[in-house]
Amino acid sequence: MTGSEAAARALARRGLGISLAALAGLAAVYVLALGFTPVEARQGMAQKIFYLHVPAAWSALIAFSLVGVTSALYLWLHDPRLDRFAAASAEVGVAFSAVMLTTGPIWAKPIWGTWWTWDARLTLTLFLFFLFIGYLALRASVHDPAERARFSAVVGILGMLLVPFIHLSVYLFRTLHPQPIVLKPSAPSLPPEMLRTLLVSTLVFTLLYVGLVTLRYALALAEEARDEAADAG
Amino acid sequence: MALAIAAKDIRAELRSRTALLSAVVFAALVLVVFNFARDPTVLAATDLAPSVLWVTFALAAMVALNRAFTIEREHGALDGLLLAPVPRGALFGGKLLANLAFVGTVEAVTLPLFVLFFNVDLTDALPGIVAVTALATIGFVAVGTIFSAMAVRTRFAELMLPVLLLPFMVPPLIGAVQVTSRLLAGRPLSEMLGWLRLLALYDVVFVTLCTMAFSAVVDE
Repeated sequence: MTGSEAAARALARRGLGISLAALAGLAAVYVLALGFTPVEARQGMAQKIFYLHVPAAWSALIAFSLVGVTSALYLWLHDPRLDRFAAASAEVGVAFSAVMLTTGPIWAKPIWGTWWTWDARLTLTLFLFFLFIGYLALRASVHDPAERARFSAVVGILGMLLVPFIHLSVYLFRTLHPQPIVLKPSAPSLPPEMLRTLLVSTLVFTLLYVGLVTLRYALALAEEARDEAADAG
Repeated sequence: MALAIAAKDIRAELRSRTALLSAVVFAALVLVVFNFARDPTVLAATDLAPSVLWVTFALAAMVALNRAFTIEREHGALDGLLLAPVPRGALFGGKLLANLAFVGTVEAVTLPLFVLFFNVDLTDALPGIVAVTALATIGFVAVGTIFSAMAVRTRFAELMLPVLLLPFMVPPLIGAVQVTSRLLAGRPLSEMLGWLRLLALYDVVFVTLCTMAFSAVVDE
């Protein structure tokens, strides 16, 4: 076993450990949200999905912002670790967006009376999802690793700058999405028990993000080690 | 330098004319298809006109951009161009200008056809439409130029460009449709100012960024 292979294995073990801890935390979030958090008076049980939807959106947002930042850094520093991280983060981000984009309509149908609406935030997240599917498709279709890294870094940077433009242009269509209730200038308008559950869930989803990215990064390392071994042998 | 590269591309295009002709015919066909995709008893042509115009422009631009670097690739011409002591910014500028000329020509031919097929009265709105078309086109052609340079080096190049570029067409398209419908309705300029600012900002940001990022795409 070569050195890089051993490093990939060690990293994969760590990623698996973090992911499993996060999944256990996710089970705890379900118990906490369903058993120990008051039912919202107007929305009833449908509001429970909030504890998954918002943290998933949070993780997806972290994932995509970090793709943008590491892409910019890659074009500057040309460090392959940055490229590997961006790729891992984009893949995990797509997974979290899928959670966000499926839980959203399930909640919206009983509350808004419609599965989907072209509200600013919904449109933005949908396009983020498309953008990163495109990013991953590009990665999959370029063979040369250096070229792949440069191309995807360019798409990552352009994508990061596209986000405010999409937001601005759909915002002028007016928005139906619930207004921010936690991260806003005044104090959070959420009852303390609900806020606690939301914060726990956000923490768990962040941990899950870290775990999955670590795993994916380790996999990329292992693939590179395998390719190198194949070239050498 | 950028002008020389643009002139070279335009000359090459004028000599063959096949790509230009195909793109124009493609745009005309899209317009025809749109006409039959609408129920004339329910929806007046004028209600749909701005969206039809811009979706046609977007699709035609996509077809046009797909070929931008294909020609350079076919005979290894891009390698020759890259070996020449041309600053990458100028190379991008030249490619951008040539693509703008190409897409602009397709748009210029599409517009009269659109007036003809959809019976829209453009007499008052024409200068405004031309201006907003230029404003919206510059931005997405800049992004399209850099993406088509990438796409030709991938597998499924014809598919890769639309998948990458369409999200980037959304802000210019929304803005252009909004401004166009206001122009056709004869609304005052003040109602479009916000959108026009957004379009101008998009152009500035993406032309600058793509010029800077171009060397990362073509240089090994």
